[in-house]
Amino acid sequence: MSYTVPIGPYHPLLEEPEFFTLKVEGERVVDMDIRIGYNHRGIERLAQTKTWEQDTFLIERVCGICSTSHPIAYVNAVEDLLELEIPERAKYIRSIVGELERLHSHLLWVGLAGHFIGYNTVFMWAWKYREPILDVFERITGNRNHYAMMKIGGVRRDILKEDIPDFLAAMDELARQNEMLTKAVIDDPVLHARLKGVGVLSKKDAIEYAVLGPTARGSGYDIDVRRDSPYAAYDLVDWNVIVFPEGDVFAKAAVRLLENAESIKIIQQCLRCLQELPEGDFSVPVDQIPPGEGIGHGEAPRGEVFHYVRSDGSNYPIRHKIRAPTFQNLPSFKASCIGETVADVALITASIDPCYCCTERMIAVDADNGKKLLDGQDLIRLCQEKTERMRKRIKVST
Amino acid sequence: MALKTWPLKKSPWIFHLSTGSCNNCDIELLDCLTPRFDVERFGILLIGSVRHADALVVTGALTRQCVPRVKECYDQMPKPGLVIAVGQCACTSCIFRDSYNIVGPIDKIIPVNVYIPGCPPKPEAMISAIVKALGTL
Repeated sequence: MSYTVPIGPYHPLLEEPEFFTLKVEGERVVDMDIRIGYNHRGIERLAQTKTWEQDTFLIERVCGICSTSHPIAYVNAVEDLLELEIPERAKYIRSIVGELERLHSHLLWVGLAGHFIGYNTVFMWAWKYREPILDVFERITGNRNHYAMMKIGGVRRDILKEDIPDFLAAMDELARQNEMLTKAVIDDPVLHARLKGVGVLSKKDAIEYAVLGPTARGSGYDIDVRRDSPYAAYDLVDWNVIVFPEGDVFAKAAVRLLENAESIKIIQQCLRCLQELPEGDFSVPVDQIPPGEGIGHGEAPRGEVFHYVRSDGSNYPIRHKIRAPTFQNLPSFKASCIGETVADVALITASIDPCYCCTERMIAVDADNGKKLLDGQDLIRLCQEKTERMRKRIKVST
Repeated sequence: MALKTWPLKKSPWIFHLSTGSCNNCDIELLDCLTPRFDVERFGILLIGSVRHADALVVTGALTRQCVPRVKECYDQMPKPGLVIAVGQCACTSCIFRDSYNIVGPIDKIIPVNVYIPGCPPKPEAMISAIVKALGTL
């Protein structure tokens, strides 16, 4: 007896709401389909009606969680068109803001993944450690989210010399907390049992589906725009790309947690470099955008963001194309979810880092009479109960 | 009326509805539940079904596909209930005003009790707004 499980269509925490249909036989998922386009706001068209400067703010609102990766990719694209070299100070500031964003986004994901499998302690911890990052953001940019830091030719605000020691102290504290969180997650026997071997995306599939970011790096596919085609200050500092070959949910979690440590390393180095550099000169004036076209990349927390702009020499771009990483990562469900149990699907769909509200919207419907069988709460409960059973089996108390 | 609104004030349950937002108001709303702000102290809970909700928190600029769903959610919410528009998009459509796929601010299709402007509003602003809204009941 097979059932169809519709998931979605829209879930508040995703940048691109989508609609999944799962075909299940008993507990096993046998097929899956995806529809997207529910959150379509027409940003590419809107970008053509706004000036180059205004577009930076519009592009920021593509996504609230990667709200600096899109502007970085956009200004990279325009600077590619202009063949413009930005001041060194601006490069470091761009990297700092980009990495702070990665930190808060990864912690957010770890928390939500913890919530799914019934580890609300991890949820609360991760979100508590995320708060100091938002405080640093508020001091650097004036806002907790939507930083408005990027500008064609540089950045909009400087990081002041007298603030840097405070930020360094905040990073030291965060490094300590992140290490503890990483150990707590990676050494936990229940999490090993619960996450290892679940939703495996092989390296071959990862390449065939052209996945990006931590989803690819968790499958042993060594790809990172920050290293492969450096922008901002990533080629000026020392850091590593984290790669795990297993491809399961555990590997993706480990990639994100260890990437946090690398991000902290990058931020610390950039802040120290900023201390050395003379103050001032953090943007170059841009008068006119000549006709031409440019491309820009940026490594968002979820993978590569790609922007393309074309100019006819006027105040407005005549074409602006955006490709966000989740668009690439979504179809990989087709390889990782099929054959898994319904209790694991919530977790696997979460593992590429769309957010958790999609699962709250899951409803299992009997294909014959349209009767509701399971809803989102039930799925999360199923997922949490499975953790509980494993916990008992390995005799670990919480 | 007093009997109807009295339990509402004690522990308002919130249903979160995104109508094409950029995630930012949504994560800030979720942030209210985590240790620093912890609104659960006051009995404020985020719940999964609109049928149990006392307040509907709407974020986003309202895309075309969302219109019938938002109306349906509003109809399903038990009355009296509050509708809270969170963020500049939900209040005025803001930067997306000229887009072909945006219907407009939320108050075009459902009555709104409280507006919280900001992009995104800070968690403090959200908590303050909910408290003020409860005061009007």
